[in-house]
Amino acid sequence: MISLRGRASDFGPGQHLDRAVWMVVDRDRLTPQRHGRAYKLRDCEEAPPGFGLYLVDDARFAPRDGAWIALPPLLRYVAAGDVISASESGEHVRVLWRAGSPNNSVLLTERCDHYCLMCSQPPKERDDDWLLDNAAELIRLLPTSTPGIGFTGGEPTIYGERLIELLRLCRNLLPDAGVHVLSNGRRFANFGFARSWASVDNPRMMVGIPLYGAEPALHDYVVQSEGAFEDTVRGIVNLGEVGQRIEIRVVIHQQTAPALPEIAEYIARNLPFVEQVALMGLEMMGFARANVKDVWIDPLDYQPELREAVSLLALRRVRTMIYNHQLCLLDRELWPFAVRSISDWKNEYHAECTDCSARDRCGGFFFSAKYKVSESIRAIPAAETQAPALLSLGR
Amino acid sequence: MSRFRGAEAFAASGDDWQLLPFRFERLNGRVLVTNMVGEHLVLSGEDFEVLATGELPADSDLVRRLRAKQVIKRSGERAPLSLLALKARTRHARLAESTGLHIFVVSLRCEHSCPYCQVSRQSEDRDRYDMTLATAERGLDMTFRSPSRSLKIEFQGGEPLLNFGLIEEVVRQAEVRNRDEGRDLGFVIASNLALLSDEVLDFCARHNIHISTSLDGPADLHNRNRPRPGRDSWERAVDGIRRVRETLGVDHISALMTTTKRSLDRVRDIIDTYVDLGLRGIFLRPLSPYGFAIKTKSYSAYDAERWIDFYREGLGYILELNRQGLDLTEYFSTVILRKMLTNVEPGYVDLMSPAGIGIGALVYNYDGSVYASDEGRMLAEMGDETFRLGHLEVDTYESIMTSEALLAPLEESFALSAPMCSDCAFETYCGSDPVYHYATSGDFLGRKSESDFCRRNMAIFKHLIDLYENDEFARRTFLSWAGR
Ligand code: SF4
Ligand code: SF4
Repeated sequence: MISLRGRASDFGPGQHLDRAVWMVVDRDRLTPQRHGRAYKLRDCEEAPPGFGLYLVDDARFAPRDGAWIALPPLLRYVAAGDVISASESGEHVRVLWRAGSPNNSVLLTERCDHYCLMCSQPPKERDDDWLLDNAAELIRLLPTSTPGIGFTGGEPTIYGERLIELLRLCRNLLPDAGVHVLSNGRRFANFGFARSWASVDNPRMMVGIPLYGAEPALHDYVVQSEGAFEDTVRGIVNLGEVGQRIEIRVVIHQQTAPALPEIAEYIARNLPFVEQVALMGLEMMGFARANVKDVWIDPLDYQPELREAVSLLALRRVRTMIYNHQLCLLDRELWPFAVRSISDWKNEYHAECTDCSARDRCGGFFFSAKYKVSESIRAIPAAETQAPALLSLGR
Repeated sequence: MSRFRGAEAFAASGDDWQLLPFRFERLNGRVLVTNMVGEHLVLSGEDFEVLATGELPADSDLVRRLRAKQVIKRSGERAPLSLLALKARTRHARLAESTGLHIFVVSLRCEHSCPYCQVSRQSEDRDRYDMTLATAERGLDMTFRSPSRSLKIEFQGGEPLLNFGLIEEVVRQAEVRNRDEGRDLGFVIASNLALLSDEVLDFCARHNIHISTSLDGPADLHNRNRPRPGRDSWERAVDGIRRVRETLGVDHISALMTTTKRSLDRVRDIIDTYVDLGLRGIFLRPLSPYGFAIKTKSYSAYDAERWIDFYREGLGYILELNRQGLDLTEYFSTVILRKMLTNVEPGYVDLMSPAGIGIGALVYNYDGSVYASDEGRMLAEMGDETFRLGHLEVDTYESIMTSEALLAPLEESFALSAPMCSDCAFETYCGSDPVYHYATSGDFLGRKSESDFCRRNMAIFKHLIDLYENDEFARRTFLSWAGR
């Protein structure tokens, strides 16, 4: 697992950085741009002048002039094209963007009005508006050709119009980027906000909204908030009305697994205008560990419900995807729906996987699978990697 | 973990349940419940009792299922209402898109002499039984007056290919007009294919024209139903279907059968014929009460029952073939399943309420008279002008669409206000079909307790729900048909 934050092993004494967010460059990726650029020195390299910040792997090679940070060992992978943020002194470093990763997602806040039983990123109630400011700086630094960017929380919509501003910036500065925002969707119950969202007018923008039930009791319980289902559903309807692209996400765990067919039926009939439905495996992080006895379920145990849910959706032409699942636990019929989605830094394999013929196509594991994983992970012999198609979809 | 509250804390409490509109039907011990827009659930007798007496518990599996299907809601909840409204609006969106299908009867002449056909003439008298260009042009005026975004022009007969020159002209003119109109424009020729020439095929290929033909089943059945000089109707149809498949593509040919009494024992043979020809689906059509059948009073309840058996056997066989890997669709069920399993109104004229006459289709007869439906035209050929809405020479789209001859049957037959239908759990799947009821019982509404339309449809609805609920393979197949 790759670390995304750390404490500098050393930094320029008494320095005050004049900005928080920096795009890393090095001698191979050098342009005349200096604004917001941090130069990463190779060992012994002579520091070129004019950069507001220099990064080194070892304090012995720190430049004589200018601000510098010696990266801790776990962050030495940082390379040209990556974007980092640093505290004013340079002591605390975070990696905001990794140029080599296909799925960068940017945390906008840790505050949230939900308290989901299985939240992998438990909310923290404290002012973190600076995350939003950093995100705007990040967008300004990224190359205009950036293919995609995701925003998560917490709940990004707590920023209201300020989020809309950020998304507008994204549309204007990153014209090719697919933009994905994860939200609990409640704020869109306010039609005015849904309209604001639509006014960003970015056809490459999509919002991912979780739904955990076909009626309020289950959904509200899972997200631990009364009235959530009502707001979220009305929010989705409002977004649909203003023609926005919506993804519905259903995290499958002990509470939601039995209701999968009902949830699928509910979506197919009430929300068929959504662009896609993502059925997601559980990540054993954060609250999921605290609530392990209420949320853990072996994926093997919900295959019939998952099959039924996928047919209820996909056969009626609602695009359906299965995320975060190990193929050896997934019904063969469902393989065509499985997507390799686990962010690369969490994707690690089980011992069984070494000899598995499905390894290349497998969703793999979250890093947190070390904490709990199905007993039934089994290498798939080469002869069995052909998946039959779900009725009439493979035709 | 005390930071988290248990499921009980979020379960509905108190007893302020409000019932939303629903209807029900008993199905051998269990109870089918449909909500306002036709979503269904099947309850046990006891559960239904609980719902009916209004003594719903705060929380239970039943309560959750009823809430998920918008049968009940808590006071203060708005989402269930906005969703029902959204779905109802979607279901009726077609009404604002009135008249998508425009049927041009370009010739009444035909070289066949089918006994059940009341509309064709064997005469070679072109002047008398062919549509003129002037009439066709007025028909086009009318077509483009319709507000519908998509317009389908269907050429019928008699045998429309006997007046192919007119078809070419109408297609050309329609395409020219459509350059400004920008509608989603399509053409269909309904032909027995006996006269299908390469020239016709070539024209169809260039103008993306769809062919619909008649195929009653295997050769002996088809040729008995459809006599023509040379007794080769089947051979010519089959040859035509093959050529259309290869020149225009599999998706440009569809075949329709006319179900006669002789068909009733032959459903497997009929389906085999379709499969053998590589057709992707079949329409197990009801016995027609029009034309010959009515004249000879041979249309009886007995036949309706036999037809239901025919349909059940046919559908079962089609599912069996699908199970073996063949992709074969039954279109009549598909229309109903779409109404049952999606919010899309498929727009099948016989299963719409308000009825599909006029709103769904208009028929321009060779002589310029305008009819509310093809069956309405057939009645007229038998001397009953009830569904004649006007004439292309004197009427406008507005005068036709607001004519008493159209509005009266629409209003009188409207299922939501019809005795029996208004309480029927299947009302959203069904239709009002005023032409049928007029032809069989003399008024637009008919008495549903005596109506074979009702008897037949109800049997199909129950059969489809039964299969959907109890047979996983059928359920999947049905979902995929509905999703097409
Ligand atoms: S053994 Fe490993 S690689 Fe193979 S399917 Fe299972 S989890 Fe995936
Ligand atoms: S015709 Fe019969 S089946 Fe159809 S809605 Fe009316 S009562 Fe129900």
